[in-house]
Amino acid sequence: MELVELTIDGQEVRVEKGTTVLDAARSIGISIPTLCHYHGIDAIGACRLCLVDTGGRNLAASCVTVAEDGMEVKTNTPKVREARRTVLELILSAHPDDCLKCVRNRNCELQTLAENMGIREFTYEGEKPQFKQDDDNPAVIRDSEKCILCRRCVAVCQDVQTTRILFPQNRGFDTVVAPDRLAPLGETACIFCGQCINVCPVGAIVEKSYIADVWAALSDPEKHVVVQTAPATRISLGEEMGMIPGSIVTGQMVTALRRLGFDRIFDTNFAADLTIMEEGSELIHRINNDGPLPLITSCSPGWIKFCEHHYHDLLKNLSTCKSPQQMFGALAKTYYAEKMGIDPADIVVVSVMPCTAKKFEMMRPEMDDSDFQDVDYVLTTRELGRMLREAGIDFSALPVEDYDEPLGISTGAGEIFGATGGVMEAALRTAYELLTGEELPGLDFQAVRGLEGIKEAEVKVGDLTLRVAVAHSLGKSRQLLEKVRSGEKEYHFIEIMTCPGGCIGGGGQPIPTTDEIRKKRLAAVYTEDKNMPLRKSHDNPGVQKLYEEFLKKPLSDRSHRLLHTSYRERGKFE
Amino acid sequence: MEFYRNHILVCTGEPCVLKGALEVESILLTELQKQGLENEIRVIRTGCLGPCNVAPVLVVYPEGIYYSGVKPGDVQEIVAEHLVKGRPVTRLVGTDVEKRVDVVYQVPQILTGQERVVLRNCGIINPDEIVEYIGRGGYEALGKALIHLKPEEVIEEVKSSGLRGRGGAAFPTGLKWSFTASGEEKYLICNADEGEPGTFKDRLILEGDPHAVLEGMAIAGYAVGAEHGFIYIRGEYTLSIERVQRAIDQARKLGLLGKNIFDSGFSFDVEIRVGAGAYICGEELALIESIEGKRGEPRYKPPYPGQTGLWGKPTVVNNVETLANVPHIIEQGAEWYKSIGTPGSPGTKVFTLTGNIKNEGLIEVPMGITLREIIYQLGGGIPDGHSFKMAQTGGTAGGCLPPEMLDVPMDYDELAKVGSALGSGALLIMDDRHCIVDLLKCFMRFFNHESCGKCTPCREGTPRLLELIEKIMDGTAVKADLDLMAKLAENMEISSLCGLGQSSPKPVLTLLEYYQHEFLAHIEDKKCPAGVCKKLQVKGVV
Repeated sequence: MELVELTIDGQEVRVEKGTTVLDAARSIGISIPTLCHYHGIDAIGACRLCLVDTGGRNLAASCVTVAEDGMEVKTNTPKVREARRTVLELILSAHPDDCLKCVRNRNCELQTLAENMGIREFTYEGEKPQFKQDDDNPAVIRDSEKCILCRRCVAVCQDVQTTRILFPQNRGFDTVVAPDRLAPLGETACIFCGQCINVCPVGAIVEKSYIADVWAALSDPEKHVVVQTAPATRISLGEEMGMIPGSIVTGQMVTALRRLGFDRIFDTNFAADLTIMEEGSELIHRINNDGPLPLITSCSPGWIKFCEHHYHDLLKNLSTCKSPQQMFGALAKTYYAEKMGIDPADIVVVSVMPCTAKKFEMMRPEMDDSDFQDVDYVLTTRELGRMLREAGIDFSALPVEDYDEPLGISTGAGEIFGATGGVMEAALRTAYELLTGEELPGLDFQAVRGLEGIKEAEVKVGDLTLRVAVAHSLGKSRQLLEKVRSGEKEYHFIEIMTCPGGCIGGGGQPIPTTDEIRKKRLAAVYTEDKNMPLRKSHDNPGVQKLYEEFLKKPLSDRSHRLLHTSYRERGKFE
Repeated sequence: MEFYRNHILVCTGEPCVLKGALEVESILLTELQKQGLENEIRVIRTGCLGPCNVAPVLVVYPEGIYYSGVKPGDVQEIVAEHLVKGRPVTRLVGTDVEKRVDVVYQVPQILTGQERVVLRNCGIINPDEIVEYIGRGGYEALGKALIHLKPEEVIEEVKSSGLRGRGGAAFPTGLKWSFTASGEEKYLICNADEGEPGTFKDRLILEGDPHAVLEGMAIAGYAVGAEHGFIYIRGEYTLSIERVQRAIDQARKLGLLGKNIFDSGFSFDVEIRVGAGAYICGEELALIESIEGKRGEPRYKPPYPGQTGLWGKPTVVNNVETLANVPHIIEQGAEWYKSIGTPGSPGTKVFTLTGNIKNEGLIEVPMGITLREIIYQLGGGIPDGHSFKMAQTGGTAGGCLPPEMLDVPMDYDELAKVGSALGSGALLIMDDRHCIVDLLKCFMRFFNHESCGKCTPCREGTPRLLELIEKIMDGTAVKADLDLMAKLAENMEISSLCGLGQSSPKPVLTLLEYYQHEFLAHIEDKKCPAGVCKKLQVKGVV
């Protein structure tokens, strides 16, 4: 490792060659403010908040200035402080002064900077940008008036997800980050993954909230309100409530939901186990009946919409299984309603999801196999946190309670759906035993775990060598799928997750979500899996009972009607 | 070879074309035919000779009679009187410029005081005919470089000539070439996205002598090892685009561009890329982004284009005028070049004169000439009995100089000392009828329109400056606003991402320094001394 030695504010520091001045300063405890810089995703040197003095005529943006031998950097001179302050004052001069009613109040990078830099008055006043909110879709709201043009969302949308919806348009003071020709998101190929929300330093992009609807349902005595919680929410809700990343709060979440007034607390993990039964059977069926292969997972609604826009030729490869959320919704208003003797018209299904694309998914017109909209409202992890705070629930002091039966029974296999590689691992655990009739020697498939963008494995299942691949983030997925398309790679089974890290990094998760935090959430998922008494989907007694009582067997007619779906080709602008 | 008794050079630079030169030319051809003179008199299109304020112009040789402001209705008289009877039409001869042009291939007298290196062919040859360029020694420098010089010798020659970039930044050209990283694939880009208000030198060079630029590009390509050149021309420059394309086609046909030029083993070709109207695309990295098909916005530096440029490859970006100097330096040597101009800024500079000056247009003079000489000798002074108030040097992003500074020598270093810049060579002259605050508003409106929007200081700072200026013009500003303007401008200078935001505060800072009294009159007396700001009183009027 080649090192360079430089001086920052009089302190000598040695860093690896290629390190930025920003990172070098941070390594010795000097904090430099940033806005447009986002580690690993964006470094464009545009916001100019991280200015430092490197001895040149002009100040340098430390986020894109590479440390050099002998460099003398000053980060805290009157010149530097005044320049940074001017930059911040200019940003504030174009930003609405409405923190009190902003969804990002108290979790806003701009607000924090204003406080840290001691802003006590607005130096520059004048025209502010005026835009209409873009809220004409089920999932994501954009408010360009709040946008500070840091372009972190652009980097995520263009480079990480390669969805290429958001980019800067117009110029100068009229610059606006938006879809092509300022079209509303709902009229674009946006997949509503919400990654832009997670990187937005302010409240310019937020999820569409269904909190008010859920409060209304909860307070309606005629309604039987059931809730399902996605695998990745129990390892992140604690974070939203002020605990450290990776805190596991499954039991507290159940208690909290009960106290909010939900009639039944169920688990999406149940439906995840069910998904494995259906999708695993589908895989076996396709292998035995000449395809089409590879089979590609269909749990991640962002990916589904992406595939419908960009990979028409692969639609036949998608598993016909609905996502666990939608399987749950269809069963809640049929199987559960029947079992409980409740009119499905009176059942309200609420989902707590790490995801914004789930809000779009629930509104898909075909998701009404119960003869009602199968899922009524999707709340993100963040929205649930807001409800708990509003209800005055002291989360840290909550006792631990259990999910309700029957749709609250789950296994560790269902839990790992929240991690990249988890659906694959859960499927392998079940497929192995179903195909060979033997017990699986080791449950942990390390090859498909972790944050590597594309993971591959070969698994011996009896006589068959199953070739599988896992990709997360749509940019990485695109790379993988191009190789499949060209014939360079052949697999039996592919897992695609829209968001980096899988659902634990979803667009509805606590802000911030960084790689460091993703790793802690992943570790929590696998801990939760290990702690479960049952770790294979086919061992789930609730699922077994569901087949006995209602569905008969995987891929049965009723399964097909309630648990499977179809896809359609979409163009560029819908 | 054919002989003609007269040659008529019709200037077809853009200003002349806009004012009807092509119509004049076509009537001229018809009239000559009517008189049966088509085999005795030859009409030739040329590029610009300079005096654009009296367009359209044509010159009749061998007499060297210079007709200006020629209207279609005048043509018949010129043919009948001058070309048939030999009596020049005196009412159309010259105006404020010198009335006679010397014999062909001599320096015409209207160019007195000028030193034409870059523009030596402009207005003399037909830019659409490569043979005319070759006839004037064109492409000899390329031959010399390819056959007699090694690439490093070419770089050395340019380095020791002291040539500095004529686009505005004034970086030593030879040094830039020598910094170009090694690598298999490299690119050479000629920056012809001339967008600085009041600057039109590159356009007139391209229109008047396109081969000089192509030859300079080929030599530069040889020096740095680039086989592929792009010339990025501003979209509005339709005539330049047309002529450069024709020049490229002709050069290719003669093997002066393409594979294995002069059998030297060196190959070089040029493609045109057309800009779409953004000022920022004149910034080299924004230009590169634009060629790559992206939104035209600057990237941060370093890395410089010489390391990571077009498509990530080492790339040299040079201005039109810079490249047009190169063949002369190779041909006549660095010592000759250094004998022109000043030690720190050798060579000539092409200036474009606009505003309240008698002779608007294009001139080429040695570096170091004073502002006073340009305005009062070459420019003919301030018209209509008014007095000089301010000169802005280097374009809208340049500084503004008061009468006390008329004797500042025009070179890179001297102008920097007084807070201004030579920049692109634009010279805007303003007389006493203009209000300084109003002028500043015009400048800032331009930058407000052209800021790309990428970095905060330029995007948000420019409209705030504009609003402060408007407050002054409205009479609602207080004295502290001047300090705020200065503070904002100073911080924009040191904080912005690219040269645009770093230089757009220049007029603010120089005007605040040199014309403080006029700002104060607006703020404290609520009076506009020039009587321009409508919401304020005229000084002295009660």
